[in-house]
Amino acid sequence: MAETAISHGHDVGHGAHSSTGLSNNKLGMWMFLGSECLLFGGLISTYMLYKGRVNAGPQPDQIFDIPFTSVSSFILLMSSLTMVLAVSSAQRKDERNMNLWLVVTALLGATFVGGQVYEFTSFYREGLGFTTSLFGSSFYTLTGFHGVHVSVGIIMLMALVGMNRNKRIPGDRAEVVELIGLYWHFVDIVWIIIFTLVYLIPS
Amino acid sequence: MSTATEHPEQIEHTEHADAHEAEHNGLSDKQYIYVALILAALTAIEVSTYYVDFGPFFMPTLLILMVVKFVTVVSYFMHLKFDNKLFTYLFYSGLLLAVAVYCGFLATFKFFLQKG
Repeated sequence: MAETAISHGHDVGHGAHSSTGLSNNKLGMWMFLGSECLLFGGLISTYMLYKGRVNAGPQPDQIFDIPFTSVSSFILLMSSLTMVLAVSSAQRKDERNMNLWLVVTALLGATFVGGQVYEFTSFYREGLGFTTSLFGSSFYTLTGFHGVHVSVGIIMLMALVGMNRNKRIPGDRAEVVELIGLYWHFVDIVWIIIFTLVYLIPS
Repeated sequence: MSTATEHPEQIEHTEHADAHEAEHNGLSDKQYIYVALILAALTAIEVSTYYVDFGPFFMPTLLILMVVKFVTVVSYFMHLKFDNKLFTYLFYSGLLLAVAVYCGFLATFKFFLQKG
């Protein structure tokens, strides 16, 4: 284990460390993300099982607006770029650019959530309510859970910017930004799967 | 001005430091932008399947592109490629467990539906 700590020297010096020489915070975040795979795995599986169960209301391919969702997906994908640039700035101790990229990431995330609210509203107007069909229930649950995760990410990003301005970030600032970045990228990779399995592959 | 007076050794040292920095933390900012451009191009190919008929390659193309995008974000943007292997094991074991459990779950549903 000592070898691990030496060979990965960049992990040493970040907050509290386990006997492996790795940051406990980072280890905890990766474990959390691994467990989140199970949550979204369950939601995606349920959707895959129920997407063909439409007794009432519109079918998936009747209501999905692929060009609109493609733009939303692109925006969320680009927010991963701005997030990694924020992490990179934080590691260089470039505070100005770090704050800038964090705010841009939050704005891109907010645009994505706004698009999702618009999409839900238009689906509801077209006759797809939460209890209309099993397809509707599983669709709104899956994409709704993802939207909540993005919203939580936006709150964390804005809190980080606010705390950084007041110099209230405890411990290693670069590591805190990196941890929130990991969460944000996870939300992005979940959407990569949802976009393909839910929107692009028809029922 | 300082650039004009820099010795080749100093320039070489700076380049070496940048390369070391990139290796230390992952990629450089420019390389992150290149990765994002590749991801954008892959997304464009994905969306094109909605407009262009890919025939029997439709489903495999989408699934392969999904996996490539997923692995690219995890490896480069989440730094898993450059970080300690323990993080890789933690994350991918959770992912594989999820895939295995839900494949079994879906197969069971299929089995009972056919019996019913």
